[in-house]
Amino acid sequence: MNRYGKEFTKGILRENPVLRLVLGTCPTLAVTTAAVNGLGMGAAATFVLVCSNIVISLLRKVIPDKVRLPAYIVIIAGFTTIVQMLVKAYLPSIDQALGIYLPLIVVNCIILGRAEAFASKNSVGLSTLDGLGMGAGFTASLVVMGSIRELLGNGTLFGWPENGLLPPITIFVLPAGGFFVFGMLIYLANKLSHRLDKDAAKKELGTQVCAACPMASSCHTAGACETGQSNPVTEPDSKEVKENG
Amino acid sequence: MESTLIVSSSPHLHSGADTRGVMLDVIVALIPAGIASVWLFGWRALAVELVCVAACIAAEILSRWVLKRPSSIGDLSCVVTGLLLAYNLPVSIPLWQAALGCVAAIVVAKQMFGGIGQNFVNPALLGRIVLLASFPESMNTWTAPVQLQGVDAVTTATPLAVLASGGDLSAIPLDQLFFGMRGGCLGETCVFALLLGGAYLVIRRVITPIIPLVYIGTVFVMTWLLGANPLYHILSGGLLLGAIFMATDYTTSPINRSGQVVFAIGCGLLTVLIRLYGSLPEGVSFAIVIMNILTPLIERATRPLPFGEKRRWLRRG
Repeated sequence: MNRYGKEFTKGILRENPVLRLVLGTCPTLAVTTAAVNGLGMGAAATFVLVCSNIVISLLRKVIPDKVRLPAYIVIIAGFTTIVQMLVKAYLPSIDQALGIYLPLIVVNCIILGRAEAFASKNSVGLSTLDGLGMGAGFTASLVVMGSIRELLGNGTLFGWPENGLLPPITIFVLPAGGFFVFGMLIYLANKLSHRLDKDAAKKELGTQVCAACPMASSCHTAGACETGQSNPVTEPDSKEVKENG
Repeated sequence: MESTLIVSSSPHLHSGADTRGVMLDVIVALIPAGIASVWLFGWRALAVELVCVAACIAAEILSRWVLKRPSSIGDLSCVVTGLLLAYNLPVSIPLWQAALGCVAAIVVAKQMFGGIGQNFVNPALLGRIVLLASFPESMNTWTAPVQLQGVDAVTTATPLAVLASGGDLSAIPLDQLFFGMRGGCLGETCVFALLLGGAYLVIRRVITPIIPLVYIGTVFVMTWLLGANPLYHILSGGLLLGAIFMATDYTTSPINRSGQVVFAIGCGLLTVLIRLYGSLPEGVSFAIVIMNILTPLIERATRPLPFGEKRRWLRRG
């Protein structure tokens, strides 16, 4: 996969801002009582994230290093204000549901984190894709979490059907249930991305390391490198040193 | 490995106590309250108790299997959890909700933290609180005991709910409360049966009477000082069930005597504060769970010191 694809997809699972980096937990726990709130919050934050990433990346050589954080905040606050006004005008019900958490996107640590860690060091194209990927990961996490909590806690999904599919277990829409679902999703995301990492490492080692390894012809533990447990390349060396010494 | 830990060679006595024996004693001590619950609320009480015990056993077996840990079903602790949780439920609760509470108790409160001896709060109480937060309607529908009703089941308010809404209890004679003829959870109403079980536990030395006595004493003094009727507060609600069977849980209460006194006074204070000033009529379960969480801090503050050492309050680690 080329660089651009990688910058986009990393935010969805491997560096998912909510479940892997554990950033932005405050809006995550607070607004995910319903799936539609998660979607609204995710979309609003993604818009701010992409726009601020673009602008910060464009201005990265102009902004003096010493005042970069206030400068980032001003840019982020500008876009947050735009989003807030748009949502208030066109989606008043979402505005009601998100409440204080919509203006609080200004201090969302995912957005500031991406500005500081990525957009201030990379080109506009990469920063846009990074913002899109991180926003997609954030939105996906919020929608999944909101769906689980809404389905179990209220019996509905995106407000459908009106009578409810399941008998409601209210604790899932309360904070305690939010933390529980959050913990379970973090567990799942860790498990999944460890498996992906393992597969990727296997692939890489299988094709590159053995081929490039000078000991490949006489290696008795072919493939052992893949698990990362032992390193047959250095073993013979250390033996030699022992014998010599 | 274990043999290297023995230092002296004298003949050693072992009391023979093990987890299974202790849990069996607790189950025996819970039986009078179970009989009372069937006598007061009919056969559905037994159904709720059986479902809870079965759900707890199933949850224990399944979670140990999923976590790839050795089975711990033999220590019978999950049976105790199931019975205690059932005693904390109203008789009319839908059975699937009761089973769900058992799953929360065993899986979330106990096995996720490492199984018996590792839970940070009493599993049965956590199950009850999860149910209370999840199904407020079915957890607050109280049926009058069969002795007090005609042909149809009658819903009623618990004495504490009557007190909380400013009502007067003096119409209910104390002996009626003593034998449990009032609305309430399955196992909490019959004070006589609970005292029997508590006496058995004390005689068998499964529990020391410190926590129950201090807990109940604190509630008595506090309600009396605050102008409520202490006898009604002790005889109604889940105070005795909580004080005898749940606040005395080994894992979640302090080890030494001074710590137990602090723990029990805390339970009593919180119970009275929730009952008299909180929005809920009953506070025993929340009081015990809060003190469960504070137990490690109490342990640290009341740790016995070696001779000559001074207590340092802000030591870390």
